[in-house]
Amino acid sequence: MQTAASSDLCAYSTALGDDALILGQRLAEWVSNAPSLEEELALANVSLDHIGRARMFYGHAATVAADGRDEDSIAFGRDTRTFTNVLINELPRGDFAFTMVRQFLVDAFNVPFLTALSASSEPALAAIGEKAVKESTYHLRRSRDWVLRLGDGTAESHARAQRAADEIWGYTRELFEPFGAEARLTAAGVAANRASFEPAWRDEVAATFAEATLRVPENTWSIRGGRDGVHTEHLGYLLAEMQFMQRAYPGQKW
Amino acid sequence: MVNARHPRGQHIDIVPAAHAARLAARRASPDESLWALLDCVMDPEVPALSLWELGVLQDVRREGERVVVVVTPTYSGCPAMEAMEEALRQRLAETGHHHVTIERRLSPAWTTDWLSSTARNALRTYGIAPPDALRCPQCDSAHVTQISEFGSTACKSLFRCEECGEPFDYFKPH
Repeated sequence: MQTAASSDLCAYSTALGDDALILGQRLAEWVSNAPSLEEELALANVSLDHIGRARMFYGHAATVAADGRDEDSIAFGRDTRTFTNVLINELPRGDFAFTMVRQFLVDAFNVPFLTALSASSEPALAAIGEKAVKESTYHLRRSRDWVLRLGDGTAESHARAQRAADEIWGYTRELFEPFGAEARLTAAGVAANRASFEPAWRDEVAATFAEATLRVPENTWSIRGGRDGVHTEHLGYLLAEMQFMQRAYPGQKW
Repeated sequence: MVNARHPRGQHIDIVPAAHAARLAARRASPDESLWALLDCVMDPEVPALSLWELGVLQDVRREGERVVVVVTPTYSGCPAMEAMEEALRQRLAETGHHHVTIERRLSPAWTTDWLSSTARNALRTYGIAPPDALRCPQCDSAHVTQISEFGSTACKSLFRCEECGEPFDYFKPH
């Protein structure tokens, strides 16, 4: 077993924090825009769980880096090219079907991923995994229910859910691709091997889609780049809105 | 005659194991006065429960001049955590403890198994169905329907009683 380099640990925690923060921000955009009050509460709660998770990962990254940055400067002081989230999480929220299908596909990945992370040899990461997996399990229950209701609902909801699945599908592959720091940390027993969750994820998606009368899209295309800081055009707009206060008033506190 | 409900030899434990472990840790602490001091610090969103009863307050101890408080967040994104920490600081400051460090502990992850039976009863009286006891807190009917998996705070979901028609919060088992 190798010893984990602190630069790898920092990059890994930051990437996992980016995954959580960007999806949390997308979910938060539903506040005051959701189809019903109950759904708005649910989306806001799931968003808060992701943003809270991001704070924990960033806090760990800041502790490891020990270079004077904190969770806020990591979240608000970086530009698109240094964000290393997976692309699927930054896609615009779309309609409600798009948001819920994306959430289901990501939740179904997060549950086994965080379960494995809770066995990390790095105690701080293991603790975050242990805490977050309980929340993601609950998120998955709800997002799965919505995929069933939308897919096996009206002709309109079915069409929207299918269109969402078709649009998102090529972005799912990146979920299972280990990146540089992560691959080294997996060898050191720190990181979870994300590639290993793909078969079970495919089974879960196939079973849910079958029940929802949705067609599993074919693997005709896929796209990657987020881990290298190469993003869709959507991330810059998201950051511009999310980071506005700290950009305009650096170091501002509530 | 053997009691059919409680056959001989069956062990009945009315204190959940997870709560018993917390109680034992508190009793072993040399600073019971500090614990007692914080017993009146309530959850800002569910004021029927103290932070100790909720399972957020994990430890309090003296380290020289300093008081160290250990808390475990309920949900990662619970926005009440900062208000809770502020309330703990304020209570300690009122009693002359001005040097306070609050540590957040994530593992073991917070669980509703830490709620004592007293805490569960307090929730029910307050109008919230306690975890794993999904009945209407008003009329005790089990005939209830879920309205939403998320309620007014991260730790609750929303239900409606089909007997008395009242909506109510359910403290989610977690």
